[in-house]
Amino acid sequence: MSEVDKPQDSEGMHLTTPVIEPGHTFASVTDKISSLVLKRRTPLGWFIGFAISFTLAQVMLLTIAYLVTTGIGIWGNNVPVGWAFDIINFVWWIGIGHAGTLISAILLLLRQEWRTSINRFAEAMTLFAVACAGLYPLLHTGRPWLAYWLFPYPNTMGMWPQFRSPLMWDVFAVSTYATVSALFWYVGLVPDLATLRDRAKSTGFRILYGMLALGWRGSARHWHRYETAYLLLAGLSTPLVLSVHTIVSFDFAVSQLPGWHATIFPPYFVAGAVYAGFAMVLLLTIPLRKFYGLEGFITMKHISNMSKVMLATGLIVFYGYIMEIFFGWYSANEYEWFMIKNRMTGPYALFYWLLILCNGVIPQFLWFKRFRNNLAIVFIIAIIVSIGMWLERFIIIVTSLHRDFLPSSWGMYAPTMWDWSMFIGTIGFFFALVFLFIRFLPIISIFEMRTILPEAEVEEEAA
Amino acid sequence: MPSQDRHINFALMRDRILATQGKEYWRSLEEFADTDEFHEFIEREYPDNAEEWNDPVGRRTFLKIMGASLALAGLSGCVYQPPQSIVPYVRQPEEYVPGKPLYFATAFTMGGVATGLLAKSNEGRPTKIEGNPDHPTSLGATDLFAQGSLLTLYDPDRSQTITYREEISTWPAFVAEMRKNLDDQKAKQGAGLRFLTETVTSPTLGNQLKAILAEYPSAKWYQYEPVNRDNARAGSVMALGQSVNTVYRFDRADRVLSLDADFLSCGAGSVRYLRDFSTKRRVDHDKTTMNRLYMVESTPTLTGAKADHKLSLRPSEIEGFALTVATALGAKTGGLAAPPKTQHTEWIAAVVRDLKASRGKSIIIPGDEQSPAVHALAHAMNEALGNVDQTVLYTDPLEFSTTAAEAKKTQIEGLRELVSDIDSGRVDLLVMLGGNPVYNAPADLSLDKTRLDKIKLRVHLSMFKDETSELCHWHVPESHYLEAWSDARSYDGTVSIVQPLIEPLYNSKSSHEFLTGFSSQSETKGYDVVRKFWQELKMGAGGQATGASSANPNASGSPAPVAQSSPLTAGPAQDFEASWRKALHDGLVPNTAFQPKTGLSVTAEWGWEYIDKNEGATDPKTPGNGFEIVFRADPTIYDGRFANNGWLQELPKPLTKLTWDNAALVSPNTARKLGITIEIGTHGGNVYADTVTLKLQGHQTTRPVPVWIMPGQPDNVVTVHLGYGRTRAGHVGNDAGFNAYAIRPSNALWFSTGLEITKAVERFELAATQLHFNMLNRDIVREKTLVDYLDGHGAEHEEDLRQFSMYPEYEYKDYKWGMAIDISSCVGCSACVVACQSENNIPIVGKAQVQRSREMQWLRIDGYFKGSNENDPAGMYFMPVPCMHCENAPCEPVCPVHATVHSAEGLNDMVYNRCVGTRYCSNNCPYKVRRFNFFLYQDWNTPTYKLMRNPEVTVRSRGVMEKCTYCVQRIQSAKIEAEKDIQPDGKPRKVRDGEIVTACQAVCPAEAIVFGNLNDPNSRVARLKAQERNYSLLEDLNTQPRTTYLASLRNPNEEIKERS
Repeated sequence: MSEVDKPQDSEGMHLTTPVIEPGHTFASVTDKISSLVLKRRTPLGWFIGFAISFTLAQVMLLTIAYLVTTGIGIWGNNVPVGWAFDIINFVWWIGIGHAGTLISAILLLLRQEWRTSINRFAEAMTLFAVACAGLYPLLHTGRPWLAYWLFPYPNTMGMWPQFRSPLMWDVFAVSTYATVSALFWYVGLVPDLATLRDRAKSTGFRILYGMLALGWRGSARHWHRYETAYLLLAGLSTPLVLSVHTIVSFDFAVSQLPGWHATIFPPYFVAGAVYAGFAMVLLLTIPLRKFYGLEGFITMKHISNMSKVMLATGLIVFYGYIMEIFFGWYSANEYEWFMIKNRMTGPYALFYWLLILCNGVIPQFLWFKRFRNNLAIVFIIAIIVSIGMWLERFIIIVTSLHRDFLPSSWGMYAPTMWDWSMFIGTIGFFFALVFLFIRFLPIISIFEMRTILPEAEVEEEAA
Repeated sequence: MPSQDRHINFALMRDRILATQGKEYWRSLEEFADTDEFHEFIEREYPDNAEEWNDPVGRRTFLKIMGASLALAGLSGCVYQPPQSIVPYVRQPEEYVPGKPLYFATAFTMGGVATGLLAKSNEGRPTKIEGNPDHPTSLGATDLFAQGSLLTLYDPDRSQTITYREEISTWPAFVAEMRKNLDDQKAKQGAGLRFLTETVTSPTLGNQLKAILAEYPSAKWYQYEPVNRDNARAGSVMALGQSVNTVYRFDRADRVLSLDADFLSCGAGSVRYLRDFSTKRRVDHDKTTMNRLYMVESTPTLTGAKADHKLSLRPSEIEGFALTVATALGAKTGGLAAPPKTQHTEWIAAVVRDLKASRGKSIIIPGDEQSPAVHALAHAMNEALGNVDQTVLYTDPLEFSTTAAEAKKTQIEGLRELVSDIDSGRVDLLVMLGGNPVYNAPADLSLDKTRLDKIKLRVHLSMFKDETSELCHWHVPESHYLEAWSDARSYDGTVSIVQPLIEPLYNSKSSHEFLTGFSSQSETKGYDVVRKFWQELKMGAGGQATGASSANPNASGSPAPVAQSSPLTAGPAQDFEASWRKALHDGLVPNTAFQPKTGLSVTAEWGWEYIDKNEGATDPKTPGNGFEIVFRADPTIYDGRFANNGWLQELPKPLTKLTWDNAALVSPNTARKLGITIEIGTHGGNVYADTVTLKLQGHQTTRPVPVWIMPGQPDNVVTVHLGYGRTRAGHVGNDAGFNAYAIRPSNALWFSTGLEITKAVERFELAATQLHFNMLNRDIVREKTLVDYLDGHGAEHEEDLRQFSMYPEYEYKDYKWGMAIDISSCVGCSACVVACQSENNIPIVGKAQVQRSREMQWLRIDGYFKGSNENDPAGMYFMPVPCMHCENAPCEPVCPVHATVHSAEGLNDMVYNRCVGTRYCSNNCPYKVRRFNFFLYQDWNTPTYKLMRNPEVTVRSRGVMEKCTYCVQRIQSAKIEAEKDIQPDGKPRKVRDGEIVTACQAVCPAEAIVFGNLNDPNSRVARLKAQERNYSLLEDLNTQPRTTYLASLRNPNEEIKERS
């Protein structure tokens, strides 16, 4: 089953860089990964990182408190720019989450084994990103304490939500996504939680992991059930990869605003999401494998593969940009064409060209193996892509809104301090969760890693 | 504090009370009150206060609470109906019905000139101002100032008590002090006594002052207002030999040449003039003629924006221009030949031909700001064109003056006299009724502290403790016109009785009551003063005579106009009562309009010496290379009196769309020359403008003056607006803008050469509600010429896009509300915006929020420049944009909670309490008419504002979207009335056309907005929409808006070539 020694592509990457370093055994894999949680002393860097991100998370809480007590006027939103950082960041975070689901679900179904080293981690990232994303639609409402009215629940008012509104669809899409992602992640964790339970020295951890492991004993029946459930969840998640961002894109595409009202949005948003998501996975993986010495599990092959996915989705996104321009011209609609010209030459032109640079031009370096194999460059490109994808949402949302049909109602938008504090706060919140995850849960799936060892192959063949 | 259980404690006390019996009970209750238990009970019963009492740290809070209760105590004066009987206007229920508003006729004055109003009263609280349809000035409409005046009534910054040297004092103390001083004055015939008022047209007030002056013959009374009609007065004296008031009949004029007169938006009678002008201009199925307006202007005005042909001239050129036109028309020019060099000869020749072809049906109207010579020339031109007695009527002046000589004197001459008297120490007691001369006197006649200190005692009656009150010993709060009895004349002389709708909110006095303090009857009520005056008048020559002939003797000594029989003037007392009641009910005293003077003719030689005496201000100057300055009253806060009025401060200035500030307007060319730029900021509505320092005749602006680049402004001319830079206006108006009075010289009140401009370093952040004035060739405002329209090229392309909808069309069976807005009529005056704000409880948001583009006005007026000349556009289009109430409303399907839904009558309803505030609807609204409460913009705490609000409109909270409702409350109340009215066939009747009038429609002097039922083919709105020039804004989006527009029509003179 292992494809380690089979030359798979013209670059011969597999010959030199396997998905797991040679020499690992079942025991060494388990030891290595579980020791990160159980044995190894928590490094100082973890404390520093967690302290910083936790502090930023407090900034988020402060902003939320001020926001709820004062009003969303503390942000820079206005009329005509009714949505700004709130929805930009919502879409950005949701997009980031996509890589996790793609890696765990689609790549699982496609039997891409290299995914095993990074899926746990990417799924966790998905979950945390969705948590950050979910905050925005809730808090961006004028009266967040009534935001539950968006849920279809039986009530004395006899009112249903409005099912024609894409925001309503968002509620379903995002909540389904969050639920399925959480389940998928948790189900995948169960065998490893049992491993931790068995290996934990302290009673507290043993009880904690014991409860979380749901009585996993590793019996064949358990494994059978597990595999079925996991596959089912993967099957459920797969359409979600496409649906969530499609529906998020409907928030824009369904409206009639030039710059939003475009049929290209669903595929273009999904590709963008995967693009941003892989950038974020790379952004997290590269330092992580370094600090925790996981080069053996997350090899250059992973980095290279992820770079390739990024390049591919980046090209789709870039194609989207070009098509937007084409549609603007070909539609012969003065508002559409003006919108394109306004993006390119209007007050936010700098951001548009930065977007083209970040998302369109710079990722082209990834065509070259030389750059894909250079961790520093990949890391920098991942940062640039993350920024680019944020800019993309800024351009879509702000530049479309700020100049629409009637020049009399045109305006401008600039974020306030509280826009930034909310954004930076969610980044802090995200990283705080990531740090907790690194500290308390196996960041790489132990049992799945064992399946890709040569030993597993042997045993399977023997059996 | 003993820590006993409260219930036990209470039980204990109850037992105590029950234990006592009979007489003892009462005594012991008093004793009981003194017990510790009782104190504890009180403290526990009202624990909030108890904390304040016991906690030394809470002292400040306690003081705050005390302050608040003091303020509330002031409100306890709000008795529900004034004790004097006032007569409701249109609907006169036998009994007062709670929840039903009543309407009372009253009048509002600006520059002394009255506009007839109907004020709406909800449970005794004035809540809305409407025009009085029976009043000649108003015909049901009002201007924005009358609308805004309601907010001033409830302004919490109004002064509330009489003060003497900043100490609270009383009316008797004031009267005693005055008596003492007047006794001193009596000895010297009142030689040290001076009265300074604003322009007075009130017969009652004039006669009160006259009586006082009779008692103190050497005392003097001056009238001064910074925005006055001095030049018109001087001009009429110059040309006609006497001071006259000119009344224009635009309903009879086919051709109008305006010499810098912004008659459509400001000045006496502008509301009526706009009505007449737009009626004459309107084209419909039956009427296919339009009037034609030529405009010569020294700064962009609303009238100029509407003109068929417009010339931008420097102010110094206008006199020469007038002279040229006058010569060409063959009019008398007072002995002066036309200046040799004349520009625009073709233009003038064409205009002259056109005017001559409309003899007797044209008007030459000079601006109040223009020099006396221009006024004189206009009189001569109107005479030459045979317009006098046809379209131009002369009447007695509106202003009350005591002697013939006074009638000829200008206000500025009076002020100059007063200042020289002060400087020479001849003034002992200066009594100022209203006005704010310390703030708004010309720079060289400034009544600053040094000068005023030469006066022993200074008294100021004023609604606010303003700049003038600050320098006065006594300050007496003045009653708002909705709190006081008075009377005033309108532009044609018609007298209106000013009725109060509410008892004074504070301890204030009306000017009539105030003046009783200078007589022996210091406690007389304003009602009695006014009523007595009119009662006594029945013995005299009638209302007509009071202000006019007896009080305003004319210089020419022409006989008093024959008094007409007036209900107020004859008959026994009962008749007076009846006619008094009728006058109050109707809002005007019948037959008090001045009779037109006939037989006046322009003298051949009007002494130019007269002009020279006026310090050469009106010499036809040769245009130099220097800069010229134009002073104008601010379009929204006027001369500064509305500086503390949030509605008017936040109302975008019609031409610049600036709010909360004034700016120096310069043309794009001049800005380039000066190296000045303005830059749109990043916050939404903020604009960074370069600043300058302006220097004129040695006076210099004290604050940096932001510059606004105004296309259409003549090159090298700087326009500044008065009214800003107030220091004691109140919380709203303090420190907004720069004070243009600081550089306004008394010899050139309106324009001057010799302006020096120095560019300053700092930039200033302005707040504008519109940043882009270019339509970018989008199909937004449509315009046709009359000729093209009549030739059949007028049909607006309306494709039927309904077929493209996925959904079956909804059938509106009953009512189908819609609105038509005639762009041809709208002049952009913005009264509708304020009316809407008042009707619909719309909050103001403040400058910082406007800079973030979060203004809340439901109705906005978009302005777009015409033509492609950036420096001198051909005018401006104005487009009022309320909610379009689209049948396929893009806002509706995107709301996730059904907070905006369509009614069965086609209204796009906003359900505030369902709205969670996602703002998706606003994003998807192509017209961007939705407004979001980003913060809690409503002031929920100030008690006076609670009185002001319309009880039929929800007061919105934070976090909800709002927008124009087509005044759904008015629709509903009309429907309820109709449903109560059972017809002979046993069914309730339908709402009649015209029964529902939206607030914006009601106020519109131009009748540009019409609302009604589209299912009734005979309704006005349906007939308007049937016109060929009807079109939908952004129709290709297939929103099917219910608000549609009628394309603008122009009537250009074919002889004048269009400028490209």
